Amino acid sequence: MKKWMTVVCLLVVAAFVFAACAPAAETTSQAPESSAPAEDGTEAGAEASTGTEAAAGSGKHAIVFKNTGNPYGEKEMEGFENAIKEAGQEAILRAPDQPTAEGQIQIIEELIAQGVDSITVVANDPDALQPALTKAMQAGIKVSAVDSGVNAQSRELFVNQAGSELIGQALMDAAYDMCGGSGEFAILSATSQATNQNAWIEALQKIMEGDEKYKDMELVKVAYGDDLRDKSVSETEALLQSYPDLKCIVAPTTVGIAAAGKVLTDKGLAGKVALTGLGLPSEMAEYIDNGVCEYMFLWNPLDLGYLAGYTAMALTDGTITGAAGDKFEAGTLGEYTVVDASDGGTEIILGPPFRFDSANIAEWKDVY
Amino acid sequence: MKASANTLEKNKTKKTFRELGLLVFLIVLCVIFQAINPTFFTWENLADMLRNTSILAILAVGMMMVMVTGGIDLSVGAIVALAGMVSALTVQYVPQLPAFIAILIGMGVGLGCGAVNGVLVAKGRIIPIIATLGMMNVFRGLTYLISGSKWVSAHQMSDGFKSIATGGIGPINTLIIIAVIVVLIFYYFLNYNRTGRYIYAVGSNPESAVITGIKKDRILIMSYTLLGLLAGLAGVLWVSKFASAQGDTATGYEMNVIAACVLGGVSVSGGTGKVGGLLLGVLLLGVLQNALPLINVSTFWEDFIQGIIILVAILLNISVKRRADKNALKRREI
Amino acid sequence: MSKMASLNKRTNVELDRSVLERRLEPKKFFLQWEWLLVAILVVILIVNGSVSDYFRGTQILDATMNFMDKGFMVLAMVFVILLGEIDISIGSTAALCSVIMAVAYNAGMPMELSLVLCLAVGLGCGYVNGILVAKYKEVPSMIITLATMTIYRGIAYIILEDQASGGFPDWFQYLSWGYVGPIPFSLLMFIVLAVIFGLLLHKSAFGRQIYAMGNNETTSRYSGIKVDRNKIIVFTLMGLMAGVCALFLTSRMASTRPNVAQGYELDVIAMVVLGGVSTAGGKGNMPGAILAVFIVGYLRYGLGLINISAQVMMIIIGLLLIGSVLASNFLLNRPKALPKK
Repeated sequence: MKKWMTVVCLLVVAAFVFAACAPAAETTSQAPESSAPAEDGTEAGAEASTGTEAAAGSGKHAIVFKNTGNPYGEKEMEGFENAIKEAGQEAILRAPDQPTAEGQIQIIEELIAQGVDSITVVANDPDALQPALTKAMQAGIKVSAVDSGVNAQSRELFVNQAGSELIGQALMDAAYDMCGGSGEFAILSATSQATNQNAWIEALQKIMEGDEKYKDMELVKVAYGDDLRDKSVSETEALLQSYPDLKCIVAPTTVGIAAAGKVLTDKGLAGKVALTGLGLPSEMAEYIDNGVCEYMFLWNPLDLGYLAGYTAMALTDGTITGAAGDKFEAGTLGEYTVVDASDGGTEIILGPPFRFDSANIAEWKDVY
Repeated sequence: MKASANTLEKNKTKKTFRELGLLVFLIVLCVIFQAINPTFFTWENLADMLRNTSILAILAVGMMMVMVTGGIDLSVGAIVALAGMVSALTVQYVPQLPAFIAILIGMGVGLGCGAVNGVLVAKGRIIPIIATLGMMNVFRGLTYLISGSKWVSAHQMSDGFKSIATGGIGPINTLIIIAVIVVLIFYYFLNYNRTGRYIYAVGSNPESAVITGIKKDRILIMSYTLLGLLAGLAGVLWVSKFASAQGDTATGYEMNVIAACVLGGVSVSGGTGKVGGLLLGVLLLGVLQNALPLINVSTFWEDFIQGIIILVAILLNISVKRRADKNALKRREI
Repeated sequence: MSKMASLNKRTNVELDRSVLERRLEPKKFFLQWEWLLVAILVVILIVNGSVSDYFRGTQILDATMNFMDKGFMVLAMVFVILLGEIDISIGSTAALCSVIMAVAYNAGMPMELSLVLCLAVGLGCGYVNGILVAKYKEVPSMIITLATMTIYRGIAYIILEDQASGGFPDWFQYLSWGYVGPIPFSLLMFIVLAVIFGLLLHKSAFGRQIYAMGNNETTSRYSGIKVDRNKIIVFTLMGLMAGVCALFLTSRMASTRPNVAQGYELDVIAMVVLGGVSTAGGKGNMPGAILAVFIVGYLRYGLGLINISAQVMMIIIGLLLIGSVLASNFLLNRPKALPKK
C-alpha cells in the first residue's frame, strides 16, 4: 500500500514537471531557428530598413502586461498579437500573476535571455523597471512602453492612449456637465499607487484650478477603492453618507466605476448622483442602459495594442528610431508621427478617448 | 493545542463572557466613530455595513470550524472566486436558469474544492497551511483558465441571479438573512450536535479523540468540505452582489477571514472558538471597513490605523482574559 | 503550534539520536527529504536546459538574481518556523525598510549610512514582533504579525504616500545587478549568509536550543533555556533579513514605493516548508530550505523562459508544493507530525 502510494506520488511529481514543459515546447517550435541569430537579428533588421518585409518572420516581439486575468489587458495583448501576426512575425504575450513591478522585472529578464527583438511594457511602476529595461536596451532589444508608461530613460518610445491632459479634460468636462456647472463631486480611483490614475487626477485638478469656468465645482474627496470590488463599494457608500449633496462621482478605473454603478443602482440613486469616468463597455453596459451612468470614456484597447505592435516592429526594423518627427504606417490605423512627451522622452498618441453612451454601448459591449 | 481539555473545562465552568474585552472595545470604537461622523449610526449606514459584512460572516463560521480542528484554510478566497466564476459562467450561457440552481452549482463547486483540501490534509497528511496554500494557487489558476481571463459582467447575468443579493424580506437584505441562518445552523451544529462536538475533541487533543473512537480523518474532511461549501455559497453571493465575476475576485480575502476568527477568540492552534466571539470579530472588521472611509482620515493613514486597532483589540482582549482567569483561580481557592 | 510537536514527547536527546541514526544507516541516508529535493532540482535543471535553448552557461547563474531577495528571508524564516512560530509581516517590513532608506538618502543622509539604517529598521521591526510574541504567549505569532504587517505597511504609506523614491548612486545597483567574475553578487552574498545561518543552526548551542524549543517549549524552559530571549532573537534576525531583502530588492528596482514586496511572506513560507521544515516546529534543516529556494526559483524561471502563462504557472507551483509534500509523507520515513494510532 505504502509503496504503491510512493510510486504514484513520484509519478505525479515527475508528470507535471514534464507536462508543464511539453506544451511549451510546441508553442516555441520556431524558437530554435530564430534563437541563434537573435543577437544580430536587430542589426540585420536595421540594415533592411528600406524593406520592412526583409525582417518578417524572424522577429520576436514581446508585450508584458500589468497582471493576468484582466480583460482589458487581454484585449490589449490581443491587439498587439494581431499587429505582429499581420507582419508574419512572432508575438510573446506575458503578464505576472500579481500587478507588481517585481514580477515584471523577472519576466523582462526571461525575455532578455530568450533574445527577443523588442519588449513592450505596460508598467506597474514607472521607475522600478529602469534597471531591467536598461539591461534589455544594452542587449540590443528595442524597448517601448504602452498604456502605462515608464520614465524617459528606460524606453525608446511611449505609445500613449491619449495625453493625461486630454483625459483629465474629458473627465472634468463630464463632471461639469453632469453636475450642471456647479456642486460637489468626488473621485473614486484605483490604488493610491496607480500611476496612470494619479496622472489623470492631477491633470484634472490642474485644469479645474486653472479655469474660471469650473470655479463653482468642488472636488470633495479622492477615494481609493484599490481596484477591489468590496473596497470600492465601501468607499462609494462612504462618499454617499459623508457628502449628502454629492452630485457626481468620477471613477477613472474599470473596477471602481462598475462598483459605483452597482451601488447607485441598488440604492436607486439614478438621476440624483451622476457617474462617469473610464470603464469597460462590457462592465458598464448595464449601468449605461439603466441610466445610472449617462456616458463614460475609454479608448479601444485593441487599437492601442495594435499600435504598440506596429511601433515595436517599426523600432526593430529601423523605420523609426524613437526620435520626434519620425513617421511610420501602423497597419489599418494609418500613419503616426512621433512627438515629444512632457517627461522629456518621446511618444505616439493614439487619439482622444472614445465616448460611450446609450446610443453606442450595445455595439461595443460584446467587443471588450 | 493550547486548549487542552483543561482549559475547555475552565471555559465551561466559568460563565463569564470571555470576549468581554473585545465587546467593550467595539462599543467604544463605535462611539468614537459616531462622534467623528454622525452619519455612522444611521439605519442606512448600518444596513450597508451588515450587508457588506455578511459574506465575511459566512466564511468566518466555516473557517472557525477548520481552525478549531487545528487547521487553517488559505484557499477560501480562491474557492470564492472559482465557485463565483463557475456559477456566473453558467448563468451567462443559460440565462433562464433559476437563481437557486446557480447557488447550488456554486455550492457544489465549493464542496468539491473543500473535499480536495480535506482529503489532502486528512489522508495525505499534509500540514493544512501548505495543502491549502498549494490548492489556493491551483483554484485561482483554474478560475483564470475557465474564464479565459475574461470577466462576466452585469449585462451578461440574468436579473434573477442579480436579485439574489439585492432582494430581501422587508427592509432586511437577503445576504443578511442568509448569513444569520448560516450562523444559527452552525451555532446549533457546533454546540449541540454530536458530530459538531467531535470537531472540538479532534482539535483539542487529536490523540485522545482517536482513542475514544472518533474517526479523526472523517471529521477533518468534513470540516474542510463544509468550509468549501460555505465558500461556494459566499462565491455566488459575492458575484451576485457586485454583479461581476472576475478571475481575481476575493484575492487575499482569506486573511480578512482569518483575522476575523482570531479577533473573535478562535485559537489558531485548535480546540477553542465560539460563535459568539466570532461574530464580534467579524463585526469589528466590518465596522472598520465601513467607518475608516467615513471618518475621513487620509487614505495613507488607513492601513496604519487599522493595524493599530487590531493590535490593541488583541492585546486588550488578552489582558481582560488574563484578569478573568486570575479571578477564576482565586474563586477556586476560596 | 509548538505544542503539536510536544505530542511526540521527543526530547532533545532523542532527536539528536534519531538524526544520528538516520545519517548512519545507508538506506535511510539516501531516503532523506533533501535527496528528493536534489533530485527534483536536477530534473528541473535538465528539463529547463533541454526545453529552452537559453538556459545554458551563465544563464544558470544569472537566473538566481530573480529569487535571491526572497532567499535571504528564507534563511531566517527557517528559524522562526522551527520554533513553531510564523512571521507574516516580513513583506511589509521589507517595504518599510526600503522606504525609510530611500527617504533618508534623499534627505541628505550618505548612502552607506542609509544602508545601515535600512538594516536597523528591519532589526527594530523584528524586535517589536519578538517582544510581542514573547510577552503575549496566548496570542499566536501569526496574529501578532498579521497586525504588525498592516502597521508596518501603513507606516510606509504614511511616509511616502503615493510617491516613489529613488535616485540612488550608481554603485548601489551593483548589489542586485553586479557580478564577481561570472557569479552574481547577490548569489555570492546569499551563499555567505547561508553558510553563516547554517552553522548557527546546526553547529551552535543556540541552534540546538531552537530545536529543543520547537519540540517542547515547556520542557526547554524548565531545562534552563532562555526561551523568551531566544524567541526575541529569532524574530529580530527575521526582521534583519527582511532588511537585507529590502536592500537587494531596492537595488533591483533602483527605486521604491510603499507597495513593494507585497505577498512575499507566503512565497517565503512556502519555500521553507517545501524544504522540509515542519510548521509544527522542531523538524527540518537549513540545506533543505536552501534547496527549496532554488527549486521554486528555477522552476518559475524555467517556465518563464518557455513563456508559460501566469495562470498555468500558478497551478504548477501549487501542485509542486502539494505533490512534493505528499511524496515526502509516503515515500520517506520521516517522523510523523502526529503518531499513528
